[in-house]
Amino acid sequence: MRTAFINTLTELAQKDKNIYLLTSDVGFSVVEGFIQKFPSRFINCGVAEQNIVGMAAGLALAGKKPYIYSIIPFIIFRCLEQLRNDICYQNLDVKIVATGAGFTYGTLGFTHFALEDIGILRAIPNMTVLCPADPPETRELILKSYQTKNPTFIRLYKGGEKTVYNFSPNIEIGKPSILKEGKDGVIIAIGLCVGMGMEVVDKLRESGYNFKLISLHTLKPIDNGALLAELKDSKAIFTLEEHSIMGGLGSAMAEILMESGYKGIFKIFGIPDKYFSETGSAQYLQRKCGLSTEEIINHILSKIHR
Amino acid sequence: MPTIDYQKIAKEIRKKILKMMYEARTAHVSSCLSCVDILTVLYFKILKMDSKNPLAENRDRFILSKGHAVAALYAILSKSGFFPEEVLETYCRNGEKLPGHSTRDTVPGIEVSTGSLGHGLSMGVGLALAAKKDGKDYRTFVLISDGECEIGSTWEAALFSSHHKLDNLIAIVDHNKLQAFGRVEDILNLKPLNEKWKSFGWAVREIDGHDFSEIERVLSEIPYEKGKPNVVIAHTIKGKGVSFMEDKFEWHYLSLTKKQYEQALKELS
Repeated sequence: MRTAFINTLTELAQKDKNIYLLTSDVGFSVVEGFIQKFPSRFINCGVAEQNIVGMAAGLALAGKKPYIYSIIPFIIFRCLEQLRNDICYQNLDVKIVATGAGFTYGTLGFTHFALEDIGILRAIPNMTVLCPADPPETRELILKSYQTKNPTFIRLYKGGEKTVYNFSPNIEIGKPSILKEGKDGVIIAIGLCVGMGMEVVDKLRESGYNFKLISLHTLKPIDNGALLAELKDSKAIFTLEEHSIMGGLGSAMAEILMESGYKGIFKIFGIPDKYFSETGSAQYLQRKCGLSTEEIINHILSKIHR
Repeated sequence: MPTIDYQKIAKEIRKKILKMMYEARTAHVSSCLSCVDILTVLYFKILKMDSKNPLAENRDRFILSKGHAVAALYAILSKSGFFPEEVLETYCRNGEKLPGHSTRDTVPGIEVSTGSLGHGLSMGVGLALAAKKDGKDYRTFVLISDGECEIGSTWEAALFSSHHKLDNLIAIVDHNKLQAFGRVEDILNLKPLNEKWKSFGWAVREIDGHDFSEIERVLSEIPYEKGKPNVVIAHTIKGKGVSFMEDKFEWHYLSLTKKQYEQALKELS
C-alpha cells in the first residue's frame, strides 16, 4: 500500500507542481523515489508533528496541495487539534496519508497501534476518511481524492498486503465497492479485513452459503442510499475491522442500519475497548481479538444456521 | 517622527473595541487593548495590502494568532476600509457572523481561523514557505501572545523557520506579561525571552509596544538579518489606555459595566 501510494503520488506530482510531500522524519524505504524526482517539494519537517499540520494549512492557504506522510498515532492523536482547527475548520486541501493501521506495528506495542483513529476523525466535520483494502484500492483512492479539495485521511498498513481485487476496480469515494455477490448475507469490511472477509466468503460458500462482500473504503462521507441499495433484502450483516468496536466501521453501519429500520442479524467484529497486556505480532493480536477466519465463520454459521 | 497620527487612530480603535465588548458583554478586552498600537502601525503603515482587493495574490499576510483579541482586529479592519463600520455592531450577536475569535471567511481581511493558542505561527510558516518556494515577495506577520510562548508548537515552528531561513516571516510577541490567571513569570516563566528566540536562530528586536515611532521604525527594517526569521518582542501593558484595566489580570475575563464603560470612554476622550 505504501508503495502504491508513493508511486501514485509521484505520478501526480509530475503533472502538478503544487504537490508537496511533508514527513515527520518517517518514510525510510518509501519516499526516496519522490525525493529523487522532486527534491524541492519534499520536506522532512523533523519530529514536530503539530508544526507540520499547521504548516500544511498555511501551504494550502497559499494554494499548495500538501500531502503529509506519517504514522497514524503521531500525526492523528498528537495533532488532533491542529487537524480539527487548522485543516478541517478551514476546510483546506490537505491530505494526510498515514501508516500503522490497527496492529500493523504489533510487537512495537500499544503506543504504535491505531485503533481509534476512524472514530475520532469521523466526528470532525469536513474530514473524508478512507481506508483502502489493498494496493489497487490505495492507488484508486489516491487518484480520486487528488481530484477533491477536501481534507482527507488515508489509512494505510505497512506493506506486503495481499491484493484482493482480481479485477480492475471502479472505485468512487463514498460508494461501497462490491467484491463478491451473494444473497445469504453480507460482510462489510475495511482495510486488511477485506482480505479476511474474502476468505470467510469463500469458506462459507463451501458450506453452501453465498455471501456478498463489500469493501467500505470510505468511512466518511458514506453514500447511504448507494450502500442501503446494496443491502436491500439482506437479513444478516457482519462488519470486520482492525479498529476499536467503538466509533469505526461497525458503529457507522449501526447508525445507518438503525435509522433505516433494519431488523436482521448484525454483528461487529473488531478490537475490544481495552489495553492489551500481551505482546505479539499483528496476526497474533488479531486472533486474540477474535479477528480470525475460523472464529468469524463459526459465529456467522451459528447465527444463520437454517 | 511618524507622519501618520497613530495616536488619534489608536484612540478611536480603542473606543470601538470598548463599545463592541461592552454591548456584547464579552471578555478579553484587556488582551485587545494591549495590541491596538501595534495593529495600528501595521495596518496604517507596514502591511502591503489593499482593502479593496483583500485577496490580492502578493498581499502581505497577517495572522492574529492570539485570536481572542479579534475585536481589535475587526475594529482596525473596518477602520482601514475592509468592511463598513456597521458590521462591528454584529460582533458576537446571535445569528450573525462575527465570533469572539478570529475566523476565516467571516469578513474580508481575516486570513486564518485561530482561537486555540499556539496555532498561528505554524500556519504563518506555511504561508512564508510557500512565498519562498514561489519566489514571491509577500511577507507573513504573526501576532502572538506571551502565553503562546509557553506552547510547544510555537517552538516547533520557531525551529523550522530558522532551519528553512524564512526571513519573510515576522512574529510579534505582544509581551504584556500577564496571562489568564496571573503574571507570566509566576505561572511559567519565559525569561530570558529574547535569548530563547535568539538561540532558536531568530533575529530579535525589543521595543516599547506603545511607542509608535519605535514600532514604525522596527517594523520598517525587516528583514533584520538575511536568512533569519524575525521576531519583535513588544513590551506592552495589558488593558493599555484604560486606567482601571491596566496591568490587571482579571480584565482577561471581566466584561464592562455601564459605569465602567462610561469612565473608560471619558479617559480616552
